[in-house]
Amino acid sequence: MTVTSVSGPAPARPSAITRFLHRHEGWRGHLLLAPALILMTVAIIGPMWMTLMMSTWTVRGFDIIVTPGLANYTAMANNPMFPVLIWRTLEIALTCTIVTVVLVYPVAYFLAFQTGRSKAIWLLVLTLPFWTSYLLRVFAWRVVLGNEGAINSGLMSLGVISEPLSWLLYSQTAVTIVLAHSWAAFAIVPIFVSLEKINRSYLEAAADLGDTPARRFWRITFPLSLPGVVAAFIMMFVPTMGEYITPIMVGGPDSMMVGNLVQAMYGPMANWPAGAALAVVMMITIGLASLAFVGLNRLVQR
Amino acid sequence: MISLRNVNKAFGRVQAVRDVSLEIAKGEFFSLLGASGSGKTTLLRMIAGFESVTSGKILIDGQEIQDSPPHLRPINMVFQNYAIFPHLNVRDNIAYGLQRLGTPKAEQARMVDAMLEMIALPGYGDRRATQLSGGQMQRVALARALILKPKVLLLDEPLGALDKQLREQMQLELRSLQRQLGITFILVTHDQEEALTLSDRVAVMENGAVIQVDTPAGLYDHPTNRAVAAFVGSMNFFDATVHGQGDAYRAEIAGLGPQRLNGQAGARQDGARVLVAIRPESLTLSPTAPEAPQPSVQGRITARQYMGGRQMLHVAVEGRAAPVAVSIVAQRGDDPWDGSEGRPVWLTWGPGAISLLDAE
Ligand SMILES: Nc1ncnc2c1ncn2[C@@H]1O[C@H](COP(=O)(O)OP(=O)(O)O)[C@@H](O)[C@H]1O
Ligand SMILES: [Mg+2]
Repeated sequence: MTVTSVSGPAPARPSAITRFLHRHEGWRGHLLLAPALILMTVAIIGPMWMTLMMSTWTVRGFDIIVTPGLANYTAMANNPMFPVLIWRTLEIALTCTIVTVVLVYPVAYFLAFQTGRSKAIWLLVLTLPFWTSYLLRVFAWRVVLGNEGAINSGLMSLGVISEPLSWLLYSQTAVTIVLAHSWAAFAIVPIFVSLEKINRSYLEAAADLGDTPARRFWRITFPLSLPGVVAAFIMMFVPTMGEYITPIMVGGPDSMMVGNLVQAMYGPMANWPAGAALAVVMMITIGLASLAFVGLNRLVQR
Repeated sequence: MISLRNVNKAFGRVQAVRDVSLEIAKGEFFSLLGASGSGKTTLLRMIAGFESVTSGKILIDGQEIQDSPPHLRPINMVFQNYAIFPHLNVRDNIAYGLQRLGTPKAEQARMVDAMLEMIALPGYGDRRATQLSGGQMQRVALARALILKPKVLLLDEPLGALDKQLREQMQLELRSLQRQLGITFILVTHDQEEALTLSDRVAVMENGAVIQVDTPAGLYDHPTNRAVAAFVGSMNFFDATVHGQGDAYRAEIAGLGPQRLNGQAGARQDGARVLVAIRPESLTLSPTAPEAPQPSVQGRITARQYMGGRQMLHVAVEGRAAPVAVSIVAQRGDDPWDGSEGRPVWLTWGPGAISLLDAE
């Protein structure tokens, strides 16, 4: 049997590119990735590579000697100041990360479970502090924590204290408080998302099998939100490790962080290679700490 | 053992459940059958404790439970999506409710093994829940609930997500499990075949209300309501008028003519408008006029539908717009109705074939 009649227009012939992309699905993905990939290579891998290279150089007088070597690293290892500084930075970053995540978890929980339609409004309210500049917020904290600040004058007028709490401002405490506030929203969002994702029927099933609300939280809700908690840890820990503005503005001599020294080495001390070496050590520290968080999560989730 | 008394549920202005009263006996396999949106899930969730009742009472063994939280009710549920905890393995999922009770570890392990045996998944204990197929998850959900020996097990469309073959197999297993354990099952389904094959009794729901409660045979043979008759199996409906009184009732049926009634009329008045319902398989067809004095009517075959083991013949009769559907057993080999479209035929029916419903 032969059919010769052809009705309607012939299908349009796709272009060569269209046909190629239709056939090779992998390339469609690569094409979508390309802009970000190029940007990442140029803007992230490039500087990192340069930092790594520079950390092997040395400074003599006003000259930079580009012969690769580990001089900066051995100098750091022999100077007791560096471990102290790195340890203190870790301590500040960890303290404020842990405190923030613990404080923020109930907020995220409230957002994910309690509020119905007002969810969007609450999220907006929580990001409100971020509508002003970072510097303004730090200044505001100086006003709050200072000797004549809101807290001290409030406590003094109530007669709780007779003279200002001097450790409130220009101290490690102040740095921790301000950093915690600055990055809180970055911790809320991942926890909120992981809680929001939990299928409500898991919670009903747990209640059905006899769990009280508290038991159910520890057996179902919390374990299922752990990926979000880990993400919140990393989201907070990484930027606070690299902080240098907050310590300058609200910190005292005892609260200088690694970031401040890196900045000093690139600035007044004019020793870029040493600064680069310090930055590399920081990157490795942060990387290891993040891996530890992820590993811990794996262990718990098993 | 479980009683619902005038239970109502309103979601804002949506009345999801209307004035439902039911008595379900111990060890009964009870089904809630209805189209999507008829309030089955809401009713089940009120029994489980996930929804509060707007008004009414729920009692188990005479104790009011409508205001106690789910974890205090001696009831367990198999969820529509199974709700198998993804961060636990199969063993921990099944043992979930035992751990709270403080059952000794060795005893727990023994009970879980027995459950795994019962659901035919021995050796699956250490699998992650996320590695299971739909049917396997369904069994785990069942085991997780049954290990607590609840008084009542609620099942919300537990087989809905399974393919036909697996569903039929699971239906048999559910039924025999229920028989074996003697636990009261309340099953929600929109599949009338499932409700009829599994249940001791079925409550048909429509628009939030229970419109009939009966055994499967009772529902099928004596639907009291057009919606029930149409929902359970297929049905021919005829407009009719009842005449006479005492024991000499007679119906004038559009398309079928006059028909003696044997008690089906109940206490209807002379001249009452009713609906006559006849199952397609209660009608018989013959190519010639019946000899015995038997109710019959002549018609013409307009269409045939082949349905595997049976075939459906559509017969046009005078006085009725739609053709009458007649279901007959398909003959293997030579088919007497082959090429019968357009042929005249006689429809006959026995006196028991007729159900009388109120006209709406
Ligand atoms: N949480 C809820 N909020 C508002 N309306 C609901 C809610 N749950 C169910 N309904 C409504 O109640 C009615 C019955 O729903 P449901 O019990 O799920 O029916 P079924 O299980 O029979 O399909 C539907 O109209 C549905 O839209
Ligand atoms: Mg439902």
